[in-house]
Amino acid sequence: MTFAASRNLLFLAPGLGWLALFLLVPVGLVAAYSLFERGVYGGVVHELTADNFVRAADPLYLGVLLTSAKVAGFAAIAALLLGYPAAYAIARGPRRLQTPLLFLVMLPFWSNYLIRTYAWIVLLNKEGLANQALRALGYDGPAIDMLYTEATVVVGLVYNYLPFVILAVYASLSRLPDELWEASEDLGARGHNTFLRIILPLSLPGVAAGAVFVFVLSIGNFVTPDLLGGGKVQMVGNLIYDQFLTARDWPFGAALSLILIAVMMLLLFAQAVAVNRAQGAHRA
Amino acid sequence: MPERHRVPDRHRGLAAGLLRGHLWLVCAFLYVPIAVLVLLSFNRSGLPTAWTGFTFDWYGALAENAAVQRAALNTLIVALASTLIATLLGTLLALGIESRRRASGLLDAILFAPMIIPDIVLAIALLSFFTLLRFTLGLHTIVLAHVVFNIAFVCAVVRTRLKHFDHAIIEASIDLGASEFTTFRRVTLPAILPGVIAAALLAFTLSVDEFIIAYFTAGAGPASTTLPMQIYSMVRFGVTPEINALATIVMLVSFTVLFAAQRLNREALQP
Repeated sequence: MTFAASRNLLFLAPGLGWLALFLLVPVGLVAAYSLFERGVYGGVVHELTADNFVRAADPLYLGVLLTSAKVAGFAAIAALLLGYPAAYAIARGPRRLQTPLLFLVMLPFWSNYLIRTYAWIVLLNKEGLANQALRALGYDGPAIDMLYTEATVVVGLVYNYLPFVILAVYASLSRLPDELWEASEDLGARGHNTFLRIILPLSLPGVAAGAVFVFVLSIGNFVTPDLLGGGKVQMVGNLIYDQFLTARDWPFGAALSLILIAVMMLLLFAQAVAVNRAQGAHRA
Repeated sequence: MPERHRVPDRHRGLAAGLLRGHLWLVCAFLYVPIAVLVLLSFNRSGLPTAWTGFTFDWYGALAENAAVQRAALNTLIVALASTLIATLLGTLLALGIESRRRASGLLDAILFAPMIIPDIVLAIALLSFFTLLRFTLGLHTIVLAHVVFNIAFVCAVVRTRLKHFDHAIIEASIDLGASEFTTFRRVTLPAILPGVIAAALLAFTLSVDEFIIAYFTAGAGPASTTLPMQIYSMVRFGVTPEINALATIVMLVSFTVLFAAQRLNREALQP
């Protein structure tokens, strides 16, 4: 082995070793548990079974999985609808403002997730600011409890992950040269035509990245459905939490975790393929 | 004037105006909830129903809350320890990967995994693992867990820094007779150091803010309760003015660290 190669191994080994020991092995353990039976007192009985996965298809649990996908899907769409025009405004705005504006948009993302979610409880509860704003506008019915619905959970997720979408879309828009707009206009296209037929298709990799990211982070979320769903909105993250801490059915919780990981990997893979294909088409 | 040489006006017209308006609305959406918390933390009544005068009382109440102080200290210990380990291992990893001649899809996948795996899944996986090995849970197991996502994060930030770095300088240094170690110490390290410090600062905030993995790997009792765990139980209990004050302090710390990181390394905040 050459000096450079052995030095490389020395650099890579500790970090990769840590990830192998505290990420790959534990996830492998979860995969193994998902195939075992639950013990009478909550432990794991080492007898192979596929029951945990069959149980996940039970309408009760399938419903939770579908609710999670629905909430995550709505969050991804809403974040895109809000985020795309914002990213476009930054990318087409004055250059000297682009970095400060991106920083401004990303800043809330770096504050505590629990606090950002809690802020919506303050805004939306019965005595919250939203109800007061309604009263100020002339509403005089009983206070509306806006918390603990699927829509509230979607709002919380959009709020937390919107900066990601803006950043992803901005990244793909800022790669497009100014000349693209000029060329299209010189060739006689009107503004909206330039956008719909040139700019939007070219920014789709950013759109896909942003949407998949929001979906993946949302579908496995625990804190937002827990705090803003208040037990009325069950998502798969809450179900896994319950299996491990309340019901003490670890094998079933492990099976749910694996299903969650499988769904996410499938989506990320599809996104990678789509982006590769789009890039291949440009080169051809 | 030849029409073709005009400078393209990047911001004009009704559409541009609407876009700019939308951007400001999005910023309002992002900042109003946070601003409300900060304002309420100074409101005498502590309730959003009316402004009854300015006060520092809620901050005073925090100063007398032993549970919060204990949790803050625990958080500091966990964040410092996990940041130190992750910065060292993550930087080495980045140096090792970037000096390889060929890109490795497997390596990239392993390093991407901690960033996208749902927190709750990593949390239950580590709990299962520590339970199987009969580890006593406590602050040390939270550190072991936090290093996992922080290694991947530090590695990503330092790799961006290395990619922007002109490798001809290293060759020049070797050509001029410096040893490989001297080159690393005098050329490579100073060049990536701002990136490494920025990565460490960001890793620190990630660890300070992390809740669910800490919750599962902490074990029971106040000895290993971290600040996010404390905030979670306060929030579950109900909306109190004390949380607003605590939230304001935590956000102030995060933002200060973030500004420092941004000044050191502009690329650090881009993925």
